[in-house]
Amino acid sequence: MERLKLATVWLGGCSGCHMSLLDLDEWLLELATVADLVYSPISDVKIFPSDVDLALVEGAVANDEHLELAHTIRRQTKTVVALGDCAVTGNVTALRNPLGSVRDVLQEVYINHGSPRAVVPDTSGIVPVLLDRVLPLHAVVPVDIFLPGCPPSAARIKGLIETLLAGKVPTEPVRFG
Amino acid sequence: MSARTLTINQTLVSAREGESVLEAARDAGITIPTLCHLDGLSEVGACRLCLVEVAGSSRLLPACRTTVSEGMQVQTDTPRLQEYRRAIVELLFAERNHVCAVCVASGHCDLQDLALHVGMTHVRYEYLAPSCAVDTSHPRFGIDHNRCVLCTRCVRACDEVEGVHTWDIAGRGVAARVITDLNVPWGEATSCTSCGKCLLACPTGAIFPRGSTVAEVQRDHSSITRIMTARGERW
Amino acid sequence: MDISELHAIAERERARRTSIRIHCCTSSGCMASGGVVLHEQLTKAVSAAGRQAEIETVAVGCMGFCGLGPMVVVEPEHLIFERVRPDQAAELVGALAGKPCSIERGDPQHPFFARQLPIVRRNGGQINPERIEEYIAAGGYQALYHAVHDLEPNEVIEELTRSGLRGRGGAGYPTGLKWATVAKSRGERKFVVCNGDEGDPGAFMDRSILESDPHLVLEGMCIAGYAVGASQGYLYVRGEYPLAISRLQKAIGQARRLGILGSQIFDTAFDFKIDIRVGAGAFVCGEETALIASIEGRRGQPRPRPPYPAEQGLWGFPTLINNVETLANIAPIINGGADWYASIGTAQSKGTKVFALTGKVRNTGLIEVPMGISLREIVEDLGGGTPDGVAVKAVQTGGPSGGCIPASLFHTAVSYETLAEVGSIMGSGGMVVMDASTDMVELARFYVDFCMDESCGKCIPCRVGTIQLHRLLSRIRAGEASRAELDDLEQLCNLVRDTSLCGLGQSAPNPVLSTLRYFREEYEALCQPEP
Repeated sequence: MERLKLATVWLGGCSGCHMSLLDLDEWLLELATVADLVYSPISDVKIFPSDVDLALVEGAVANDEHLELAHTIRRQTKTVVALGDCAVTGNVTALRNPLGSVRDVLQEVYINHGSPRAVVPDTSGIVPVLLDRVLPLHAVVPVDIFLPGCPPSAARIKGLIETLLAGKVPTEPVRFG
Repeated sequence: MSARTLTINQTLVSAREGESVLEAARDAGITIPTLCHLDGLSEVGACRLCLVEVAGSSRLLPACRTTVSEGMQVQTDTPRLQEYRRAIVELLFAERNHVCAVCVASGHCDLQDLALHVGMTHVRYEYLAPSCAVDTSHPRFGIDHNRCVLCTRCVRACDEVEGVHTWDIAGRGVAARVITDLNVPWGEATSCTSCGKCLLACPTGAIFPRGSTVAEVQRDHSSITRIMTARGERW
Repeated sequence: MDISELHAIAERERARRTSIRIHCCTSSGCMASGGVVLHEQLTKAVSAAGRQAEIETVAVGCMGFCGLGPMVVVEPEHLIFERVRPDQAAELVGALAGKPCSIERGDPQHPFFARQLPIVRRNGGQINPERIEEYIAAGGYQALYHAVHDLEPNEVIEELTRSGLRGRGGAGYPTGLKWATVAKSRGERKFVVCNGDEGDPGAFMDRSILESDPHLVLEGMCIAGYAVGASQGYLYVRGEYPLAISRLQKAIGQARRLGILGSQIFDTAFDFKIDIRVGAGAFVCGEETALIASIEGRRGQPRPRPPYPAEQGLWGFPTLINNVETLANIAPIINGGADWYASIGTAQSKGTKVFALTGKVRNTGLIEVPMGISLREIVEDLGGGTPDGVAVKAVQTGGPSGGCIPASLFHTAVSYETLAEVGSIMGSGGMVVMDASTDMVELARFYVDFCMDESCGKCIPCRVGTIQLHRLLSRIRAGEASRAELDDLEQLCNLVRDTSLCGLGQSAPNPVLSTLRYFREEYEALCQPEP
C-alpha cells in the first residue's frame, strides 16, 4: 500500500491544535506505520513538498507569509483540512479585526497601550507583513474538510484521519469552541 | 377545546386547536430549530429558523406563528429548509464577533448548538467584524454586544415576565442594538430590578453574570497569605 | 348639511370666480423652482395692470410636468407657460392683453398631456388645494353624500368590487375584497388607515396627490369608513412631506367646520374622524404592520402576517389600510360608477395608474395613464425618450422592491400581472428610465444599499443578508469576484427573498435578480477570468 504523505501546518494560531495532535500519544506510532510526515512544525522541513496527500492546517491567515504558504499548500496537496477554529473562523487570531486595519491595530498595541517609548517597530524585511484582515483559510483558498474546535480534541483528529485513511468522507458533526 | 389532525413530515399528528405548528411538532417529537422562541414568551417570528413548508402556501411560514389547522400538511426538514437554516446561522456568525473559544457561554450556548444542529462546518460569508461595546456598568450583570443576536428574548422576558421593560431595541439594520432604558448604561437604568431574567433568557453569552469572564477574575491573595503567616507565627 | 347646501357652496364658488384664472403650481416640485414667489409676483402684476376684477391668480396643485416647472396655465383658454421666472410675471400678465411674450409656451396637445387619463389627478393644477370650496365646486364630496344617503355599506363595497380597483400601493390586492373582509370582521371598533408613507427613491405620486387634492383622499377615507363600519381614520404621512401635512391639516379643519367630517356626517348617523400621524423617516413603516406599530406609538417594525390587519390591526381591532392613490380612486368610482371604471384598463387591472417618470428621460414628472398602456408609449411618447436622443436601455419600476425591464420588453402592457411576469412589479409607481450609460451592477448595488440601510433589523435574512448582498455586489463591482460568486449572489438573493419576514426583505433582491436576468453579461464582464 502507498504510504500517506501527511503535512501539518502552523499558520496564525497558538499551536494548540498541534498539541491536541500530539495528545494522540502512542497512536502516532501507529500512524507512522502508514504515513510519512513530510512537513510539520515538529519536523525540520523548510520547504512545503509537492504531491502531499493530506495537509492539516492550523491557524488563520494573518500575514503575507501565511498567504503565500496557503496557496502553495493548495497547489501541492490533494486534501486540505482546516484544523481548529482559527483556520475555520479566524477565531482568536481574528480578534484584532474589529480594531480596523493593520495601521489601527499597531497604533492600538504599540502607541495607545504600548511601551513608554511608544513607537511602532519597523520590521520590514525581517518579520512577515501583517494583512489588513485576518482571514479564515477558506477565504483564501478552497478547503476540502473543516474540523473546528479550540482545539479539536485528539479523538476527533484521530477520527478524521482514520476516516480519510479508510477512503471515506467524514460526516461526523462538528462543534465550534 | 377541539383537536386538529395534521401531517408533519408524512406523520399524522394530533394537536389542540389554536396550537402553533411548533408546539404540535414538539409534542410529536419532531425538532424544529428555533432561536427567538422561548417557552413562555410571546412569539415574534424574527429568527426565521423555524420556517416550514406548508402545502398550499407559496411562502415559507414560521412554525412558531402558524396555527395548526385540520388536514394541514407540513414539511419541516426539506433540503431547501436545511440549506436556508444553515445559511441563516452562518449569517449570524458573520454578523458580530462570535468567538466560542473566549466566550463565557461556550458549551451551553443556543447559537453554538444551532451551528451543530444545522451542520454548519464553516461560514461562507465575509465576517463583518464590527466594533461592539461591552457594558459592565451594572453591578451584577454585563452585556457584550459582540455576542448579541438580537433575538429580543431579553426584551420580552423583561417586559412580559418581569413587567418592567428595561430592555428594548435602538437603531436599525445591523446597527440595531439592545438598549437599557433610554439608551443609558445598564448600571444607570433606574427601571432595572436586577432580577436577572434577561440573563436567563439570553441564548448566547451576550448577557453574562459579572465575574465570569477571564478579565474580571478577582484574586484575593489575602487569605492564603494569612494562612501562611499564621503557620510561620506558630512555628 | 344637505345636498342643496353642498350645491350652494359650489354655486357661490363659481360665481365668485373671475373670468380669467391664472393657475400657478405651488406643489413641492414647482415650489423648489420658485413657484411660490412666482405666484406672489403674478398677483402683484395683475394688480399693477389693474385687472383684478377679471383676472385672479390661483395657487394650484401639481400639473405633472415637474421637469418644466414652475408651470403656469391660464384658463379658460388653457395657455401653458413653462419654466416661468418670477421676474417674468408682468410679461405673462401682459401677454394676456396681447403683448409680445418670450416665455416658453407649452402645447396642450403634447403627448405628455394628451396621452394621460386623469382620474385621481383630475383636480391637480385645477384647484387651490387649500380651499374646500374649490374642491366642492369641482364636484367634491358628492360621492360621500351619495354613499351615506343613498347606499348601504355593502352596496358601496359591491360597487367597488365591480369596479375592479386593486391596491395602488404595489401589491394589487383587490380593494373591494379587502373592504369586505374588514366589514365582515368583528370588532368593538374598526379603523381606516391611509398609508401615505411613500418612500421609494424616485417616487412622488402620493405626495403630489396629498398636496394637490387633499380632500379627494379625505373623501375616500370617509367612504371607506362608512363601508367598513369604522368611525376613526388615521392618515399616516411621512415627516418628509411637510407641505402635504399642512395642507391635510387645513383640509381636515375645513371639512370638520362644514360637518363633512366628525359627528353625524351629512346629518346621518355616520361619524368619522380623521387624525394625522407623522412618520419619522423609516422606509419600513410603509409596510402595513410596521405602520400600525408606528401609529400605536411602538417601534416601527413589522410582524408576521397572518393575522392580517383586516382582522387584527390597530390595537388589535379590524383595520382597513389603503394607499393614498387607492383611496383617491374611491370618490371618482362612486361618482362615475363601477361600469365606467371597469371599462378602463385591462381584464385584470382596471383604471389608471400614476407614475413618477424620472431618470434619463426628456419629460420628467407625474403621469396618470390607463392600465394596459405599453412601457414604450410611456417612455417614448409621454417621456419623449432620452434627453440626448440615445437609446433607452431599461426602466426600473417599483423602486427598490421592483425590477429592471429591458428595452426589448417595452411592448409589455402595464398591468399587475404582466409586470410580475417580466420580473418586476407594479409597485407604488416609481419609473426610472435608464440609458446605455447606466451601469446595471451599480444600479442593483444602489437599491440593495437602500434596503440594507432601511432594514429594521428584526429578522436575520434581511438584516444580515442585505449587507452580505451589498458586500458581494461591491466585490463584483470592484472586479474582485469570480464567476462562481455570481451563483453565490443568486443563492443569497433566493435566501433573502424566501425567508425574510416582511415585504422589504422579500423584495430587496428583486433589483439584483432582474438585472442578473437581463444584464448578466454586465456582471460577467466585471468578474475575474476563469483560471
